[in-house]
Amino acid sequence: MNFDSIISALPYTKPFLFVDNILQIDGQGCTGTYLFPEDSHFYKGHFKDHPITPGVILTECMAQIGVVCLGVFLLNNLHDEKKITTEDIQIALSSTQIDFFLPIYPGEQVKVVSKKEYFRFNKLKCAVEMFNNKNELVCRGTIAGMMKV
Amino acid sequence: MTDKTILEKIKAIVTPYVQRKEGLEDFSDSTDFITDLKINSANLVDVILDVEDEFNIEIDNTSMEGMLTAGDAKRIILTKMES
Repeated sequence: MNFDSIISALPYTKPFLFVDNILQIDGQGCTGTYLFPEDSHFYKGHFKDHPITPGVILTECMAQIGVVCLGVFLLNNLHDEKKITTEDIQIALSSTQIDFFLPIYPGEQVKVVSKKEYFRFNKLKCAVEMFNNKNELVCRGTIAGMMKV
Repeated sequence: MTDKTILEKIKAIVTPYVQRKEGLEDFSDSTDFITDLKINSANLVDVILDVEDEFNIEIDNTSMEGMLTAGDAKRIILTKMES
């Protein structure tokens, strides 16, 4: 399954798609990037006159690249007789535990790197890290979700 | 390992994931993980993985689906430990 078909199988669209590119993916993890557009709607309110990317949005970006993209790849490997599409996927976030270290400002690009802890009984749990364009750690933690087709 | 020991170990494993603590007071074979203890499906997976580690067994998808109560879990653990 190529990178573009993984992204097009994601059940998100603008303004809630936080994946631009997948750089690397295999059975053990996924690395991808996203550039936060300066005109993203949440900057108007977070914070007043002082735009910073909300932690929940960073968490969502980590989940979409680190867990959901990887999940689509893993599910596709399990069902290799047919290509998985958005309609096939059932998905739910089950837990997050994230520590934050640096802010991400409008227009910054981030890189998300995930490592699979396990994918069993439809639960995919990953250790996920986010880096800024200086390769400094922005946030890290554990995200798990239920995924099946 | 006696039935009672296994049940006690199951109780210890599920405790961190229990949302309805009163359900632990009369923990028995008939305790249902979802209705009595309000464990969600994602944490039920963690329960299964912890059971595998504790008893050194492997639980397959079919066994997982049949593991609704503490008694179900105990029977599955006993069967897997014998084989």
